Amino acid sequence: MPNTIPTDSVGLVTPQAHHFDEPLTLRSGKVLAEYDLVVETYGELNAEKSNALLVCHALSSDHHAAGYHTLEDDKPGWWDACIGPGKAIDTNLFFVVSLNNLGGCAGSTGPASINPETDKYYGPDFPVVTVRDWVKSQVRLMDRLGIQKFAAIIGGSLGGMQVLRWAISFPERLRHAVVIAAAPKLSAQNIAFNEVARHSIISDSNFHNGHYLEHNTYPKQGLMLARMIGHITYLSDSAMRAKFGKAPTELGTDGDNFGRDLRTGKLSFGLSVDFQVESYLHYQGERFSEKFDANTYLLMTKALDYFDPSVDFEGDLAKAFEKAECKFLLISFSTDWRFPPERSQEIVNDLLKAGKEVSYLDIEADQGHDAFLLPIPRYVNALSIYLKRVHGELSSAAGARE
Amino acid sequence: MRPDLEIIQQWIAPHSRVLDLGCGDGSLLHFLKTSKRVRGTGLEIDRENIDRCLENGVNVIEQNLDKGLTNFLSNSFDTVLLTQTLQALHSPDSLVEEMLRIGKNGIITFPNFGNWKSRLYLSSRGRMPVSKFIPHQWYNTPNIHFCTVKDFDALCAEKNIRVLTRTVVDSQHQGSWYMKAWPNFLGEIAIYHITNDD
Repeated sequence: MPNTIPTDSVGLVTPQAHHFDEPLTLRSGKVLAEYDLVVETYGELNAEKSNALLVCHALSSDHHAAGYHTLEDDKPGWWDACIGPGKAIDTNLFFVVSLNNLGGCAGSTGPASINPETDKYYGPDFPVVTVRDWVKSQVRLMDRLGIQKFAAIIGGSLGGMQVLRWAISFPERLRHAVVIAAAPKLSAQNIAFNEVARHSIISDSNFHNGHYLEHNTYPKQGLMLARMIGHITYLSDSAMRAKFGKAPTELGTDGDNFGRDLRTGKLSFGLSVDFQVESYLHYQGERFSEKFDANTYLLMTKALDYFDPSVDFEGDLAKAFEKAECKFLLISFSTDWRFPPERSQEIVNDLLKAGKEVSYLDIEADQGHDAFLLPIPRYVNALSIYLKRVHGELSSAAGARE
Repeated sequence: MRPDLEIIQQWIAPHSRVLDLGCGDGSLLHFLKTSKRVRGTGLEIDRENIDRCLENGVNVIEQNLDKGLTNFLSNSFDTVLLTQTLQALHSPDSLVEEMLRIGKNGIITFPNFGNWKSRLYLSSRGRMPVSKFIPHQWYNTPNIHFCTVKDFDALCAEKNIRVLTRTVVDSQHQGSWYMKAWPNFLGEIAIYHITNDD
């Protein structure tokens, strides 16, 4: 509970819903006749409408990237560490747009919305949406907001994949692409983790083939398990050791205890929760299952699995980048084993092959994939420096026109 | 700008593609971008320097030269630069070859260990030279592969590398007729413009 809003916060924010009734043809061939996108914006759009910046969210987040909805909120938006007045994504300089993607469960049209054609929940009938479909819908939102060109589009993980899709499919509509902790496509291991998550949801007896809302229930156990698995892949071994291992001084020894803190101080010799890490995963899974829609989780993991912008270019990502006009900044984190630095380097190398302007930072960080959400000084500082430069270019471009 | 950079910028064609290996704070690439409209990319591992590059709008990639340059396509750049870094590399010979695979021509500058001051220091004191210009002790120096002008000439001959221009300057980066006459003895910094082309 903030009680008082920190001075570097965007403060209280109210999401806006935008309705679109122009049908959207999806990559699968299916058509979404109409839909809503729920959006938050921070900062002011300048007179030239040149200072807009789009933030794309990852697997389980949404439009609420910064600030608070009410003074009673326990936590600010998911990227509050980076978005705010004077922060890396400086709302004194930029007009920041953040939306909940199609298929989401935080207000934009998704499986938990009512299908106007049937007056029932979409549920499992909500079409599979891809990164490409999201970006198409984001372009429509951009047009609605009267923005011709984003100064930058920024995203981490699945959000970074949306940024890549923008650069490839709508090259004239962004100046800078900031791609953080992403990959050019998922590996078999990534897909395998997603499939275990999906299988745990689908095999929950409360799943009802996706029609659980009509049965006034939801696949809680399945969602919990899916989130627990996901969460393990977001953290690193070192992050878990640090999080669940008492400081050596407290242990009275020199070494660490490998993150094996006990929950009650002794082993149960039974099947109950012995270690802190178990308790933490249960807690995270439970909290997640209460607020996230299972069908959305299935859709989002599918969107991840399907992402591969090289498919239209004979598997050659460098060719896919040929038409890109923006400048790129890529950032990876040393202990990220979900999308390790090598995956970002693949993107960098293909951008170089395509002759594009690219910068790349390989940040030392213990926090694994989660690092992209955290206020790691070198990372946040570099992002801040880069975006200040982006803003500087806007003013000099405006000066040149005058 | 560092005076050795002042000399080498003359060899870089306008609108060309330039790869700067160990680009520092990016000031050379920034200068080349604004004055010659080159399309530049720098490689760097120092964090402060990387931040300065981002600040200057210079494309910079965090990449360790000792891990190779296999991620760069052959002939993807016009000029590849290596300034004051050769002596700190694990395999300077293979990196020089890589430079000429990636670029049509290369520019290399390095401190000339054949300089009379180094010779005098070693012969009179019997210890590894330490100077204001190269201030490290032998055990903590990043400079692990010092060479002389003659050594580098020999490397070029061995690898069939054509030297387009060779010039030497002193630490104030002043050249003179006597340095031209005795480069390996009088030159403090060697500057080479090289190519593989005939």
